[in-house]
Amino acid sequence: MSVVKDNGARATLPPFGEEHEELRQTVRRFVQKEIAPHVDEWEAAREFPRDLFSRCAELGFLGLKFPEELGGQGGTHLHDAVWVEELARSGGSGGVAAGLNAHTSIAMPPIFKFGTEEQKQRWLPAGIAGEKIGALGITEPGAGSDVASLATTAVRHGDTYVVNGAKTFITNGVRADFLVCACRTKEEGGHGGISFLVLEREMAGYEVSRKLEKMGWHSSDTGEISFADVEVPAENLLGEENGGFKLIMANFAWERLLMAIGAVGAMQRLIETTVAYAGDREAFGRPIGKFQAIRHHVAEMATKAEASRALTYNALRLFHEGQDCIQEVSMAKLMTQRAVLEIADQSLQIHGGYGYMREYGIERAVRDARLGPIGGGTDEIMKEILGKTMGL
Amino acid sequence: MATATGNGTSVIKPDFESGRKHFIFSQEHEDLRESMQAWVKKELWPHRNEWEETYWPTSAMKRAGELGFLGLCFPEEYGGQGGDYFYSLVRAECMSYSGSGGTNMGFAVQTDMALPPVHLLGTEEQKRKYLEPGLKGDKVACLGITEPGAGSDVAGIRTSAIRDGDEYVINGSKTFITNGTRADFIVLVAKTDPNERHAGITLFVVDLKDENGEKVPGFTVSKELEKMGMHASDTGELAFEDVRVPADAVLGEVGKGFYHIAWELQGERLVAAAGCHAGAERMMEKTLEYAKEREAFGRPIGKFQAIRHKFAEMATKIEAAKQFTYSTAWRFGNGEYPVREITMAKLYASRIACEVADECVQILGGYGYMKEYEIERAYRDVRLNRIGAGTDEVMLDVIGRSYGL
Repeated sequence: MSVVKDNGARATLPPFGEEHEELRQTVRRFVQKEIAPHVDEWEAAREFPRDLFSRCAELGFLGLKFPEELGGQGGTHLHDAVWVEELARSGGSGGVAAGLNAHTSIAMPPIFKFGTEEQKQRWLPAGIAGEKIGALGITEPGAGSDVASLATTAVRHGDTYVVNGAKTFITNGVRADFLVCACRTKEEGGHGGISFLVLEREMAGYEVSRKLEKMGWHSSDTGEISFADVEVPAENLLGEENGGFKLIMANFAWERLLMAIGAVGAMQRLIETTVAYAGDREAFGRPIGKFQAIRHHVAEMATKAEASRALTYNALRLFHEGQDCIQEVSMAKLMTQRAVLEIADQSLQIHGGYGYMREYGIERAVRDARLGPIGGGTDEIMKEILGKTMGL
Repeated sequence: MATATGNGTSVIKPDFESGRKHFIFSQEHEDLRESMQAWVKKELWPHRNEWEETYWPTSAMKRAGELGFLGLCFPEEYGGQGGDYFYSLVRAECMSYSGSGGTNMGFAVQTDMALPPVHLLGTEEQKRKYLEPGLKGDKVACLGITEPGAGSDVAGIRTSAIRDGDEYVINGSKTFITNGTRADFIVLVAKTDPNERHAGITLFVVDLKDENGEKVPGFTVSKELEKMGMHASDTGELAFEDVRVPADAVLGEVGKGFYHIAWELQGERLVAAAGCHAGAERMMEKTLEYAKEREAFGRPIGKFQAIRHKFAEMATKIEAAKQFTYSTAWRFGNGEYPVREITMAKLYASRIACEVADECVQILGGYGYMKEYEIERAYRDVRLNRIGAGTDEVMLDVIGRSYGL
């Protein structure tokens, strides 16, 4: 036997295959050319231009997983996963990714999954074309993780629902043309009385009451929306009346998986940036990466990132196969959101003063990553779900 | 190990019909898993406490050999089962049901540390003489790398094997050698050129006993070592004083031993990682059972959020380690040589196993600290994994260097 050496060759890790790699290269080129150079400017403006939706639509990125008859690309969730991972890896902006994904992967899927043919035709082709922007409205000032205590009401009068209440922390909330909105349609509390209505911004009584300032995700707009006697036609009811909880649950799995996949991409970016910096930056006569303490920091970061990738890709595979994967998805969400925050912090440490300065994008990565353990279900909620799957 | 240097032509793609099991495992793997697990539970597990005092008996390895569990991924012509690399993981996972870290380690040294180099580097004659009886469990093997003065720094070893006519003369000592007090032969790392570092290293396969079962002249077990854990496993300090071996005891190429060992370590580390996530899973299962039964303040302790969340965290870590090991094994089994990922997987899995052990002791409270619950033993056993087969610190160095740092 001759000497075996690691030549660095690696096959694409399943569930991704060759066709996904081609898409990955395409997305990467686009993101590097048309998103990354503008991120600082968009962060400062507290939003990315609305044109970005139409540009992404033009290239087919908003409709990757939707069928061709709706204007989509007819791909699968795996294509969407490639898009999300690469957006995080090459874009480096949690806000841009959040805004685009809130539309494609959070607002549109419930319409696709639960909508009637007519409802799909009404919102999805326009959404996939980037002409109409969507948002999902669940969280309220008084109810976040505890969705059973939603207080926005929708009272039916004939062919119309009258909606009153408020939603907050809504990504794309300021610019959204349509809002897939959770409302209480039954007096009794609990999960059983929730329904989804599609609200449109031009409806009387629908008002974006505030654009919220945040720790990170600066290039995404986050809105607080209030409803005062908004009259919504009954044909805007999505799915069954009082069957909304099912819709919430259906969406969570994909939303959480996407967060995990985005974190995997973000971790990859942070490691590449940090390795490059540690190899270049000299102190005490050598590159700082040649000091064992720094080398081990990087090794720790990379190990965490790759363990996260393995966990996430397997959860994605199960999801793609249509297997029951609530446990694996919750684990992936829980682990990756912490991991990317820790890695961003370690990267900041290695970058030292430069890391703390805005221009390097590292401090932004830390701020962006901090939302992970909160959004899409907090760490604590993930642990509750996991505890339940174990019979506790 | 048969496929460890495979040509990569038969890359396994994800099987989207595979159900919840991982795509590297076929139904055959699952069938084997079922039968081996049943055997481990029936014939090893009941003796776990006794073997802490006596070591695992050599007859147990013989029995495993009879049932074909030692040769799962070795070719049939030497008595193996001809399976692919993934059977190594199945084997390591099944062994976790023995409840005895020491037994698992003793077996793993045979199947995943000492025999793979004989298989891959050995001459036909060496394979007949060592691999075949090794797979049958007729001969117990050990691997001699570490010395009193050199562990992680393999190039710093001092045991010498100096050519003298048709023979080599071996002098030096080896320590922390699992199976060392009873082994029939050793895969030995020695310096054929003591003036060189890496380039002076050569592997040998050396009989430690003659046909009558007596130790060969010049070889002694200088110490039987006492340890923190792994009590079911014997650990020896071995002394070689002018031990003469024929020139054909060289395994692989003269002067290439360092690279041979570097390769051997990859398989060893990956299997260690599998043992760690499986061991952690066993500990968690046992503790979960306890948390559902044990009551405090009027309810099972597992119903307290603090305890429930501990389980959520443990399960997440275990699942991450498991998936990481599987995806890395997929690469290795397909003919890649993913040193970076193997190193990461070993580091990650051995750490989480120690964390899980500690958390389980904590949840079991006073009972966890008592011998009869066997968690304190698992805690002591598992601690070795952050040292053996390359310390955490060596792993971090290897990973960091793989990034050019």
